[in-house]
Amino acid sequence: MPARQISPRRRLRDVISARRAVERSRGDAILHGLCVLAGLIAGFVVVEIAYQVISGAAPAISTFGLGFLGHTNWAPNLNHFGAAVMLYGTAVTSAIAMLIAVPVSVAIALYLSMLAPATVRAIVGPLVEMLAAIPSVILGFWGVIFLAPFVQKHLEPWLHSKLGFIPIFGPGQTTGLSLFTAGLILTVMVVPIIASLSRDLFLTVPSELKEGAEALGATQWEVIRGVVLPSTMSGVAAATTLGLGRALGESIAVLSVIGTGSAIHSSLFLTGNTLAARIAQDIQYPVSKLQVHSIFYLALILLVFGVVTNLIARAVARRYDVHRAFV
Amino acid sequence: MTSTAHSSDRLGYDPTAPLTPSGNLRRRLVVSRIAQGGAILAAILAVAALAVVTYDVIQQGASALSLGFLIHDPPQFGGAGGGIRSDILGTAMIVVLGALMATPIGILIAIYLTEFASPRSRLGNALRLGLDLMQGVPSIVVGIFVLGLIVDVQHKDSGFAGSVALAIIMLPLIARSTQEVLRLVPTALRDASDALGVERWRAILTVILPTAVGGILTGSILAIARAAGETAPLLVADSTFGPHLTFNWFGPMPNIPVSILTASEALNPAAYARAWGAALVLLAGILLANVGARLLLARSRRRITG
Repeated sequence: MPARQISPRRRLRDVISARRAVERSRGDAILHGLCVLAGLIAGFVVVEIAYQVISGAAPAISTFGLGFLGHTNWAPNLNHFGAAVMLYGTAVTSAIAMLIAVPVSVAIALYLSMLAPATVRAIVGPLVEMLAAIPSVILGFWGVIFLAPFVQKHLEPWLHSKLGFIPIFGPGQTTGLSLFTAGLILTVMVVPIIASLSRDLFLTVPSELKEGAEALGATQWEVIRGVVLPSTMSGVAAATTLGLGRALGESIAVLSVIGTGSAIHSSLFLTGNTLAARIAQDIQYPVSKLQVHSIFYLALILLVFGVVTNLIARAVARRYDVHRAFV
Repeated sequence: MTSTAHSSDRLGYDPTAPLTPSGNLRRRLVVSRIAQGGAILAAILAVAALAVVTYDVIQQGASALSLGFLIHDPPQFGGAGGGIRSDILGTAMIVVLGALMATPIGILIAIYLTEFASPRSRLGNALRLGLDLMQGVPSIVVGIFVLGLIVDVQHKDSGFAGSVALAIIMLPLIARSTQEVLRLVPTALRDASDALGVERWRAILTVILPTAVGGILTGSILAIARAAGETAPLLVADSTFGPHLTFNWFGPMPNIPVSILTASEALNPAAYARAWGAALVLLAGILLANVGARLLLARSRRRITG
């Protein structure tokens, strides 16, 4: 009997060599080659994006250096450019968006993964995701015509009267086009991303853990606080980072509602500008070569933001087996 | 048993008391109810946002919409009347060319990652990283890239440049969704093909892809719909078009998103009406594509997982 047995290692080797024989056929080589070619094209595009943006920004970098980041002046006629106003506006609008969007999205995700009945889940889930399908230009147009007047007439006066002692809730202005409105529009764009990712995460929490907590007498909220959220915290952080990346890079919707200001105001209810909105605003009719290079410099900053947020999200999300397919 | 009943008696336990929570448990249940209410409220808010935006666009756009709106070009020098025929067809041509570039490459990359590359393969990991990075590039930066790569070389805007930009936006989405669907295809199918001695490429083309085709289609449609609404890259790469229909991909080509943006900045009522009409056409197309793709996905999921 032992003589008939093939050693496991030998069997493995046979299987591998049989596989090799299958893979060696010409059709396989062609398909494999095509796939690798497609991969190389994608890789080339990524490298080329970095190269184009950096080489376009190079003259501006050598003219202004890192001081570009600290200067508040964006004056095409004087040929002087600085990104401080845009950096401030990008940070403030994204912060507003994340402050509102993260709790709302996590709540939506909890509702969809734990509370909603199956039929409601099957309808509300896709509806939330479809919020992300509204083109930013339509959202921006809607923001100017409907949201901005609402913010100016109701939201800003109310916040100012209640919280006016804090400088960021200063008196509103006449248009409703402001950092605050831009933050709200970004919230609408970011919520579906964070919500659908978090929902998928919450669904991965083993039901044994949840049922165990319930068996010990935990209420639903205690299950959420004690089991679901702690075990998915870093995944939610990754989803938030991806949402942040989206908020930092959005241009058209923000351009419409931010009022394209050129100074740093402490009040959220005054105008401002973001990196992406400034690019969209200036790229059509630049007055000088240096302005074009400065626009590329802004794009380079945005590219770094986008890459960094994605790498962070990727590093965190690697620990989870959640695949985001149809976001 | 009797002894515990006795001791509860001594502690003042009343077996006839109604079974409602009191004290600490009551407080905990109230907290839980509040949390549930908050979650429901958040979901309602998100759906309401979609409903309000859709309603406003329909309400504003419906008055502009007519058959003439769809089959006439915009008036030469602005003003009232005319339609958005050139914008609609221009967008269609730009998006279709972009999809023709992105879809095959995206699907091939997905096939490579799921069927050829082992989990530890260097090229595979580099490719996954590259796709993640590509998805992280803000769309306006994609536009800036195309500006440097094509528009500056050509010295003019072009529909082709727009297509390349949209293809870059679609590619990582298509590759990722295809990968997910291919992963759903049961390993048993692959093993069975191997056992029958079917070559890998034939197994992929005749067994695996046909099983997954519904899901791949869904992912591609969603990606294409997403790209069709993108304005930022077209504003950079393809914005200096005239009102007339053109079939020249290498010249400026009219498209809906940039037309909406330009008209919404024009501050005159006729332009506004046309912008709302165009917004309605675009939104209807994108939302319908989304609904259709999701229905298709539900059907093909059932087919794959049985």
